[in-house]
Amino acid sequence: MNDSTNTNPLTRMRGGYTSFSDSIHDRWATAPRWARWVVYLLLIVLAIALPADGIGSFMSPYTDWPTLLFFPIGGYILLAIGLNVVVGQAGMLDLGYVAFFAIGGYGMAVFGTKYGWSFWEILVVGVLLSALSGILLGAPTLRLRGDYLAIVTLGFGEIVRKTANNWNYIGGPNGIGGIPHPPTLTEWTIPDNGLFDAIGIGGVQPFKYGALDGKPYYYLMLVLIILAIVFVKRLEASRVGRAWASIREDEDAAELMGVPTFKFKLAAFAIGAAIGGAGGVMYASQAVSIIPTNFPFILSATILAAVVLGGSGNLPGVILGAFLVAWIPERIRGLQEYRVLVFGAVLVILMIFRPEGLLPSRRRKAELAEGEGGMGSMGAEVGGPVTVGAGEGVE
Amino acid sequence: MSETAAVPAEKKAGVPTLELRGITMRFGGVVAINDLNLTINEGEIFALIGPNGAGKTTVFNVVTGVYQPTEGQVVFQDSRIDGKKRFQVTKRGVARTFQNVRLFHNMSAMENVLVGADAHHRTGLAGAALGLPWHRREERDGRAKARELMEFVGIGHRMEETAKNLPYGDQRRLEIARALATDPKLLLLDEPAAGMNPTEKEELQGLIKRIRDTGRTVLLIEHDMSLIMGISDRIAVLDFGQKIAEGLPAEIQNNQRVIEAYLGVPADAS
Repeated sequence: MNDSTNTNPLTRMRGGYTSFSDSIHDRWATAPRWARWVVYLLLIVLAIALPADGIGSFMSPYTDWPTLLFFPIGGYILLAIGLNVVVGQAGMLDLGYVAFFAIGGYGMAVFGTKYGWSFWEILVVGVLLSALSGILLGAPTLRLRGDYLAIVTLGFGEIVRKTANNWNYIGGPNGIGGIPHPPTLTEWTIPDNGLFDAIGIGGVQPFKYGALDGKPYYYLMLVLIILAIVFVKRLEASRVGRAWASIREDEDAAELMGVPTFKFKLAAFAIGAAIGGAGGVMYASQAVSIIPTNFPFILSATILAAVVLGGSGNLPGVILGAFLVAWIPERIRGLQEYRVLVFGAVLVILMIFRPEGLLPSRRRKAELAEGEGGMGSMGAEVGGPVTVGAGEGVE
Repeated sequence: MSETAAVPAEKKAGVPTLELRGITMRFGGVVAINDLNLTINEGEIFALIGPNGAGKTTVFNVVTGVYQPTEGQVVFQDSRIDGKKRFQVTKRGVARTFQNVRLFHNMSAMENVLVGADAHHRTGLAGAALGLPWHRREERDGRAKARELMEFVGIGHRMEETAKNLPYGDQRRLEIARALATDPKLLLLDEPAAGMNPTEKEELQGLIKRIRDTGRTVLLIEHDMSLIMGISDRIAVLDFGQKIAEGLPAEIQNNQRVIEAYLGVPADAS
């Protein structure tokens, strides 16, 4: 094993990248509080300046950059953060995540067009509705593990889409049109002077949600993403995150150490669903009309790809992964019909170089290396008359 | 506690902590435990021994709720715990370790013990997400308790290390610390000395006594006879799922059936 490390150029490249990302990881872990806040602040300023034309002309020569930043880029990032709770933290494989995105989207469409509710009200209701549907799906199915759970969630995603397709009340295959935009908060315009012009946001009305300008939607998405990050990060560092990690590592041992595993798995499902639902509400409020084919299985697969590509379980990695998965196909739009081929090739190459993801959490990386825990694994069984023998062989 | 050593265990007016009443455990046609009655008294170190496959670990699994007994009752501190969920059994005060170390391998030693300490924490999603005061207090208390327990079992210098990087003996101690963090009244140790060298075994013996001296009851499965004879107050012997002997260490040592179970019956005698 060690010999090939020295001779195989691919392994050497992997190793080089790993030690680089690990050194950043370590530096971050030991960085003082103020230094972290400086980095956070810089990232926020960068995110605010991101829709500027100068950046857009390089990043997105074919499509309107701010709209692209809102969806798919921002949308995928939000969805990936939500899916990461389920897949990366609690270690359950969910192949039907798009269902919650759809429920949020249809929630916005129905309450907005049929009941005349405002976006802000629907955002709250849509999040609750999605969380509830996550609990309804999870309650009977979370006794399943690994592959079996994946199949059930896959089915759930299809059920939601088919239901939308066949239910006339919500428009059947024609979907719902005329979905209202969020009400404009204020007409306030960012002053058109030196500093703001320099970062390219002079003259923008950041709180006026119209049909033309994508920037206000992007900023709204940015706020949601930041809220989601803070929420998820806090959970991760608490009893809840520890419970998830212990479930992922050894569900039976966790239960025997007093972790109510079912409750915490359900919580992970509900939180993932709620975040997905928020994404759906946002998406529908900008898109004006939605149809069932906006919510295909391939979207679930893409978000999962984003999570795995970026580094399951590690938020910065997951965000980076979602960004790439959303951005690359748009950036190479000029290749026309070769676009998907090239995109697929890029994903394959990235996974060859970084099988554990671009920025994995150390713990997940170790788990993948030893092939235990996480997605697809059936979880070890408690030693008993039947399984003890197998266990002893391993020790 | 000091009385325990002076007075023979059978004469001690023991208060039963755990009672197995007529436990039978079948897996299909296999009878793993057959009509087992066992009473473990408060504050004693009780050893369960027997040849491989005798059903010792099955007893642990029945007590901790991993298996529901086919017949019989498990009574812990005057209430039945058979049929309870595993985490509920733990919350009531029964904790265990595993025959094959089952730590959360990729979490730090500290995190492993914290998971145990969390058994009695009440922070939910809202408390954790909003960073409410009681959540912060629980985290602080949990860490203090975890540090204390890791010092207690003798791995205080390795708190931040990843569990799987610990030497084997330390992993076993960490498992004990994790179990103690759930505040058990009854601690079940499944072959704690397996894979330990003589020095480690001696330390383990001291550790188990110290655990008993903190007011806990210890039920242990072990194959190392010198360890068992050294620390047990009472011993029960299982063979093919049946209790073939129970008593003080000295009695067990000279019991004919026990010797036969371990060494086999001579061919001409049967």
